[in-house]
Amino acid sequence: MSEKIQHLGEKKRGTASQQEVVERDYTRYDFRDDHEALHKIAPGLSPDVVKEISKMKNEPEWMLKRRLEGLEIFLEKPTPTWGGDLSTLDYDSISYYIKPTEEQGESWEEVPDKIKETFEKLGIPEAERKFLAGAGAQYESEAIYHNLKKEWEDRGVIFFDSDTGLQKHPDIYEELWGTVVPSTDNKYAAMNTAFWSGGSFVYVPEGVEVTMPLQAYFRINAADMGQFERTLIILDKGAKLHYIEGCTAPTYSSKSLHSGVIEIIVKEGADMTYTTLQNWANNMYNLVTQRAMVHANASMSWVDANLGSYLTMKYPSCYLVGEGAKGEILSVAYAGEGQHQDTGGKIIHAAPNTTSRITSKSISLNGGRTSYRGLVKIGKGATNAKCNVMCDALLLDDKSVSDTYPYIEIEEDQVTVGHEATVGKVGEDLLFYLRSRGLSESEALSLIVLGFVEEFSKTLPMEYALEFNRLIQLEMEGSVG
Amino acid sequence: MTDTLEIKGLRVNVEDKEILKGVDLTINSGEIHAVMGPNGSGKSTLAYSLMGHPKYEVTGGEITYKGENVLEMEPEDRSKLGMFLAFQYPFEIEGVPLTRFLMTAYKAHNAPSEEEKNDPKKRIKVGEFRKIMMEKLDLLKMDVSFIKRYLNEGFSGGEKKRAEVLQMLVLNPSLAILDETDSGLDIDSVRVVAEAINSLRGPNFSALMVTHYQRILNYLNPDFVHVVVDGRIVESGDRQLALKLEDEGYDWIVERELGKQGVAA
Repeated sequence: MSEKIQHLGEKKRGTASQQEVVERDYTRYDFRDDHEALHKIAPGLSPDVVKEISKMKNEPEWMLKRRLEGLEIFLEKPTPTWGGDLSTLDYDSISYYIKPTEEQGESWEEVPDKIKETFEKLGIPEAERKFLAGAGAQYESEAIYHNLKKEWEDRGVIFFDSDTGLQKHPDIYEELWGTVVPSTDNKYAAMNTAFWSGGSFVYVPEGVEVTMPLQAYFRINAADMGQFERTLIILDKGAKLHYIEGCTAPTYSSKSLHSGVIEIIVKEGADMTYTTLQNWANNMYNLVTQRAMVHANASMSWVDANLGSYLTMKYPSCYLVGEGAKGEILSVAYAGEGQHQDTGGKIIHAAPNTTSRITSKSISLNGGRTSYRGLVKIGKGATNAKCNVMCDALLLDDKSVSDTYPYIEIEEDQVTVGHEATVGKVGEDLLFYLRSRGLSESEALSLIVLGFVEEFSKTLPMEYALEFNRLIQLEMEGSVG
Repeated sequence: MTDTLEIKGLRVNVEDKEILKGVDLTINSGEIHAVMGPNGSGKSTLAYSLMGHPKYEVTGGEITYKGENVLEMEPEDRSKLGMFLAFQYPFEIEGVPLTRFLMTAYKAHNAPSEEEKNDPKKRIKVGEFRKIMMEKLDLLKMDVSFIKRYLNEGFSGGEKKRAEVLQMLVLNPSLAILDETDSGLDIDSVRVVAEAINSLRGPNFSALMVTHYQRILNYLNPDFVHVVVDGRIVESGDRQLALKLEDEGYDWIVERELGKQGVAA
């Protein structure tokens, strides 16, 4: 209960603080447009729904087969009773597929006006012009826009929505799709396999370093909607990529579901960063499976900001399967009133000289709950593996809760595993100090929270760090007196 | 007259124990007052109470400043009224560079009002802020790398005090309350800090300096020196009083006051 927020993380470089004072005009994310869907499959869950989706997408027979298998596995597996409360999730009231428009655009002019306006409000076209290698946008179930800048296309980089990826590269899909996250992995991975639509397909050829980020933006506009994007990213030997996904949805009275699956293959010596900035409405179930296979001397980083949602259960994972592979999971979770963020990470060391680090930062206020749930497994033969886990929780009041569930399984002798956890509370004296400088209570708390997550935000590209800080400030303004 | 700080019969409890037992003090604009006294006499309590720390419960008396009833104001509003408290033990905040903290406080102070919001002239100019910050850093003989460090984290005792004074200079208060800002400073630092405080001096600035040492008073040259014993101001005078305390200690006052209490009892 120290006044000084405990800090066990390693100190890193300084910051470009002057950037933060740039005045920007941000729009809240809680707006809806009245775009009429082109095609909406009636709510409910049945093999017919699966068949209809597959038929509309004109998929190969094997994909339909996998979808139907996925549905069976989903129905067989019980709803998990660990983690968050899933009892109010009603599978029959959800629309599993909504097609917003006929064709997706390669330029924003081709996107229907109302949807285009939505993405303009979210700043996507502007960001694309300014600092992205390419951008994709998904609205409800389908990608409505995908574009890769020509210089990267010329160097052999592939960036499609997943449906186009499957049509154009069925061989890659048949071989690799579902190998990183099989449908048997968990109930919601199976659900995604059955109903998947949209997401991205990315391939970066050997030795190509994509120096600007690629971004995909996921927007849910409709109520009672299930969004099941499926992403497959393959980095060939020595390739490099930073992929960023952003997610938002307006608030409805009923709960919606987002259940994505992200599969990543990082081949020898490649370097992948996958950043998620999600700011779902507070009635969203967010049940996501993210996993990377990391080969020899390759490196994988999951950078994960979980804001919003009613319940998030998400544990990005790295399977370090090649000698010298590196895995990193850096996450922030923010839980306010009525919210539960059950997040963490999973690292499997399956080869010698592999290293990993999990850094988890959580903030709870107004009765919110954050849980860190992590698994570190060091298998037989993973000699000289090193892993370090750090969980820092910040509680802003006495009603809020933070808990940790660290699981460590070690089957090898010569390994180093560290685990540290801290819980910090903001005391009256510290608040008084800041208030005596003219800061209101909410301004003081957001300053403290931004400092607490600084280690996270400074790993983001500047534009996203600003966005992330702004999101935190909006949350604080909305929830502190 | 309106810029006067007026403390009348101030009584303050900390955790149900009475610490201030009726303090009367008037500080006019332009004046520097030093408050001295033995450990535990209530000097810091006076400083915290003026700024509105929630742990310090005011059980009686009045505080007015610029004609406002300060006791009804939140700490942040007292700050915006022009009051500033330099802490004896400032807090550390991870991940918040000093420059960001300064900017946040500067913005809180200079934010345009509702009516002024659309007036481009009233908008906070980052360049202006940076200029002020650099000037004040220079005045305190601090390196620019200082402001990139996290607030008070890993700062030495002296650096923390300088950081407090830097905040004061940037916010430019009309009433500074300095709680042992000179404690733990080496001789050169005392001079630098005193010169920085003196840079604010003028007809619209007043200060209340809580201190144990007469050395900083050589530079500040206070108009009044007060001695607090057992929750009351029991002796007031000019610079000579501080010099006398340096020579003779507090015993003569404490004994005199104990004697009075004996009589009263």
